[in-house]
Amino acid sequence: MTNKIAVNIFRFIVLVLLQVLIVRNINFGTYFIMLPYVLFIISLPFETPRLLILGLSFLLGISIDIFYSTPGLHASACTTMGFARYYVLKFVSPREGYDVVVQPTIEDMGLEWFIKYAGVLILVHHFVFFYFEVFRFDEFFRTFLRVILSSIGTFLMVYLIQFLFYTKRFRK
Amino acid sequence: MRNLLAFLYKHHFIFVFLLVQVVCFWLMMRGKNYQGSRLINSSNRVAANIYEAEANTKEYFSLKRENAILAAENAALINKLKTNYIAISLNEFKVHDTLYKQQYQYIGAKVVNASINNRSNYITLNVGSSSGIGRDMAVFNSLGIIGIVKDVSSNFASVMSILHKDIKVNCQLKRDGSYGPLIWDGRDYKYCLLTDIPTHAKIRRNDTVITSELSGIFPEGIMVGTIDSYERRQNEPFYTARVKLSADLKKLNYVYVIKNRYKAEKDSLEQKTQTQSDK
Repeated sequence: MTNKIAVNIFRFIVLVLLQVLIVRNINFGTYFIMLPYVLFIISLPFETPRLLILGLSFLLGISIDIFYSTPGLHASACTTMGFARYYVLKFVSPREGYDVVVQPTIEDMGLEWFIKYAGVLILVHHFVFFYFEVFRFDEFFRTFLRVILSSIGTFLMVYLIQFLFYTKRFRK
Repeated sequence: MRNLLAFLYKHHFIFVFLLVQVVCFWLMMRGKNYQGSRLINSSNRVAANIYEAEANTKEYFSLKRENAILAAENAALINKLKTNYIAISLNEFKVHDTLYKQQYQYIGAKVVNASINNRSNYITLNVGSSSGIGRDMAVFNSLGIIGIVKDVSSNFASVMSILHKDIKVNCQLKRDGSYGPLIWDGRDYKYCLLTDIPTHAKIRRNDTVITSELSGIFPEGIMVGTIDSYERRQNEPFYTARVKLSADLKKLNYVYVIKNRYKAEKDSLEQKTQTQSDK
């Protein structure tokens, strides 16, 4: 249990630093923005209390906001994502429910499940993020394109991070 | 009452979520007006220090380019040296210059953080109120305009880049002085839009666009960019021109902040006149 908490705190710090020091400097133009820090919310253990997820999402968003000078923007998108996570998990749960020892990763749950689960959550996050960032509707379709392309980018990045770092040693 | 509590308890997850969203919205709205954004932005000390360390590392990668720009600037300055001019005997001319007072003062600064991909982009500088920086000061480098100071802490300043959805800087064509506001449409970090140029203006491709005194923030004549293309707006006697920015917002390192020493005086006078005529 303590181990899980330590791993998640470590993951929180590493993902925030990865986002603000490395990913922020990768430029593919305004249509393709990657926000892989959301992997933190995606990979919280299944048994985390839902209110705690809301709190942690808010904390994660605010931390990113401090670095991006966008008060409340990432926080709002992250909390919406944390809120949606509860319902998405219910929707994609296997018939026999979630096992205590498995984690929400590609390795444990399979790629198809992960695409359904993480894909929807990333779309929710990016939808809120980009529309609140622009905050007007006259650029509706352009913003929509940004949401779709950026979601694909973030998902690829999340996939890559999982592929590289989430090996057996993280599962305790 | 009991039913209400039961209802609240049953849906407590949704209510907590809505409450957090209200907090986020409050933060967003507060961030929109200038003074309120002080708590959470990149002039925050922790974030700014991390960004400064990052910028110090990245600085080495652009040294060559930075040197070339500095050399060009030095050459321009050396051309203005006293030794390049013929001295006229002081007996004939002794001018106590009381006609000119310095209006604009320039302060050098280093960029420690910048973004170009968002719809609203910000830049953080390593100078703050302790170096005399204040809100609404102009920022530029030797290539062109960069942005406007939005917020300062004692050692850092947060700058609204010209790549921002709320930016509006009055600029003019160097050729005939017709002016209009410069805005950013969020498509490409290399281009801005110069709107409201009247159709009788003589506009051509590759015309130089410079800042106008009318912006109240920038002094006249700072380079903005060149006209890339222009078209007449439907049913309106105005052109909208696409301006290729001369400053490369992606590669920022050293910039200048302009302090307008008479801005407070001008603003208070204008405000006074306006409130008088409103009565």
